[in-house]
Amino acid sequence: MEKKIELLLSSSPFLKQQEDTPAVMRQVIYSLLPAAAGALWFFGISALLIMLTAMLFALLTEGVYNKLTGRANTLRDGSALLTGLLLAMTLPPGIPLWMVALGTFFAIAIGKLIFGGLGSNIFNPALVGRAFLQASFPVTLTTWVAPGNGLSFMQWRSAAFTLPFVREKVAAVSTATPLSMMKFEGQLTPFKALFLGNSAGSLGETSALLLLLGGIYMAARHYINWRIPTALFATVIVTASALHWLNPETYAPFWFHLFSGGLMLGALFMATDPVTSPVTHRGCWLFGAGIGLLVVVIRTFGGLPEGVMYAILLMNGVSPLLNRIAQPPIYGDPAKFKKNEAHNE
Amino acid sequence: MGLFNTLPTFQRGIHPGDFKDLTRHLPIERMPFSAELTIPLSQHLGAPSKPRVKVGDTVQRGQLIAEPGGFVSIGQHAPVTGTVTAIEPRPHPTGRMVESIIIATDPFSPQTFYNEHPMDWEALSPRELISLIQHGGFVGLGGAAFPTHVKLSVPEGKHARFLIVNGVECEPYLTSDHRVMLEEYDDLFYGIRILQKILDVRQVYIGVENNKEDAIEVLRNHVPDDMACEVIALETKYPQGAEKMLIEAVLHREVPSGKLPIDVEVVVNNSGTITGIGHMFRFGQPLIERVVTVTGPGIKRPANVRVPIGTPLTELLNFCGGITDDTRQILFGGPMMGAPQARLDVPILKGTSGILCLTENEINVREEYPCIRCLRCVDVCPVGLNPSRLGALAKSRDYEHMLDFHVMDCVECGSCSYICPSNIPLVQRFRVAKGLLREQQARNKAS
Ligand code: SF4
Ligand code: SF4
Repeated sequence: MEKKIELLLSSSPFLKQQEDTPAVMRQVIYSLLPAAAGALWFFGISALLIMLTAMLFALLTEGVYNKLTGRANTLRDGSALLTGLLLAMTLPPGIPLWMVALGTFFAIAIGKLIFGGLGSNIFNPALVGRAFLQASFPVTLTTWVAPGNGLSFMQWRSAAFTLPFVREKVAAVSTATPLSMMKFEGQLTPFKALFLGNSAGSLGETSALLLLLGGIYMAARHYINWRIPTALFATVIVTASALHWLNPETYAPFWFHLFSGGLMLGALFMATDPVTSPVTHRGCWLFGAGIGLLVVVIRTFGGLPEGVMYAILLMNGVSPLLNRIAQPPIYGDPAKFKKNEAHNE
Repeated sequence: MGLFNTLPTFQRGIHPGDFKDLTRHLPIERMPFSAELTIPLSQHLGAPSKPRVKVGDTVQRGQLIAEPGGFVSIGQHAPVTGTVTAIEPRPHPTGRMVESIIIATDPFSPQTFYNEHPMDWEALSPRELISLIQHGGFVGLGGAAFPTHVKLSVPEGKHARFLIVNGVECEPYLTSDHRVMLEEYDDLFYGIRILQKILDVRQVYIGVENNKEDAIEVLRNHVPDDMACEVIALETKYPQGAEKMLIEAVLHREVPSGKLPIDVEVVVNNSGTITGIGHMFRFGQPLIERVVTVTGPGIKRPANVRVPIGTPLTELLNFCGGITDDTRQILFGGPMMGAPQARLDVPILKGTSGILCLTENEINVREEYPCIRCLRCVDVCPVGLNPSRLGALAKSRDYEHMLDFHVMDCVECGSCSYICPSNIPLVQRFRVAKGLLREQQARNKAS
């Protein structure tokens, strides 16, 4: 053959499915958009500012870190953006923006980068950031404002531009979240308000419906392992119902647990973070069930009204152990044959 | 799927799309003899064959030119009538230089066969039949090129109850087995009888993916009345043609880890191989040619071609109209397990089931991202391994530990690499790890 062609040597397989990791991250971000839009509706421009700040600082932190350490550009993989948005969704709408920035920095730097970046972290970065803020600024993180609606979009609901460490005058009217009303006053928020989102809480804690939409989409497209939320919901339903049956006066019914607080957001978008959940399906069942149990226990018997964050972080820590004990048998597993032989004898 | 699909198959696996329309309907054509053929003494797994001719000898088409160099080795034959011009190292599709017999074709020869008469196989013992297959030069034509007679030699104390004919051809793009089953089923059933006799097996299954409906129908219509042979339509899914997966689909048996199919009373053979064996016993012709699918967007005229072994790749490509200007990669085999070629002067081998020409558009050398533990690889691995975990261990060169995660059971199908969104070269790393571990085991044994 006269033609000179340059043949490329690479390794099989030469066919590949087309969806790469950045595409997966994008899809998860898209799945979060209905709930983000809900947050805008209920909390207006302050919600928008919080989300933008978190995403911006997430990118900034990782970008600067890459520059300083001479690592390749990892911003394209989309995981930093996702962490920023997720963290924003866990924050109360009245939080000053400097705290958002600080929390995001912490989430990316301590939650992810010091472990070695995407894929190497043990704990969900967004929750690490949220836990840090909760520990540092407990009052601000539990001061809630009542939701409005789209008509009051431009209305300030907070001291967004408070300077760092200046004590703010709490101007906004603060209210209690459904969970604290239940815990401290024994008052139950109606189902409709919880499900549609007309209740106080973090940006992403308001509408269970919008979160579910995103969750179902992700599960159907295999972006998340459906076993985790399924096990989680099932455990919450069973344990909460059992408690409620024992004493309906003090213990809330299961639907209240399911649709209040950060449970939907946590179950669908954080517990399902593939990096920090187990790598076997059996492990995922146990993982989801563990979170569900912990949530109900913390909410019911702990000192705090909300326990989703701690429940997930705790189970993140357990997930390497689950990996070890939940290895499924392989094709031709020697163990299977030993069983059969014993059976035959 | 799952719920409504009643076709037998194995667990997990992938659906990469079959790309077989390029050549599925094209009848097998013959190509002219090239001026020079290169017969590598090593085109199979095992010991190289030993030459029985010298430079300058004239050889006739079908004549034995090299004999088995041991038990795990085979005979080689002259694919054309001509003269031996050299016995020397030549480029080989594995990328190495391999000792080869070079034959210059006699342009005036009528190319009749050296020894063209049917063999009276019914009078022969299984042992004699196995020896004929070994000297006839047979290897697995599906691509692995493992000597067939070794697979047919059942060890003392074991017995086969089932023969499974592997007509799955699960590699995308390839259609050579498909066309052979469709056009040469006579030879296939003839070959099955011989294998039945060798193995003392009554029950035969022919496994075919249901994307070859015409072949399934033709085979079903032509199963001889006195043969206990069932043609089984299998779900089209990769790697359905892997031996272990085929056994799982057809018999619902699992080959124990580290054991062979014979340990669950099964022998599996490729349909093309059995067809070749049938042809040899019918007409006295050893394995000197095979059907090759030449395909892909980079070839001008895709085709199923009967190619004399040793034909230079260039000649075959030219016969198929040549390659397009934007061809960037030429593979021996299919896209999932095939091997890319660095040069075009290599010969077609007995194990070459297809030539796949890929252009710029299909090449995807893509950026690698960290493992996000999405478990897609776990969901597709037919063996039930955890490629994510194995990949992490391989990256940190913790090969010892990979043994605990059953790396030696990996069938190297590449399903995990196919599905991985982070583009991690998983199977490539497992191949390297397995090679190193095997070497180490051999060294330990030696010391
Ligand atoms: S498919 Fe790739 S990214 Fe996903 S778990 Fe497996 S190795 Fe990791
Ligand atoms: S680990 Fe091996 S057997 Fe499993 S999918 Fe990957 S290449 Fe195939």
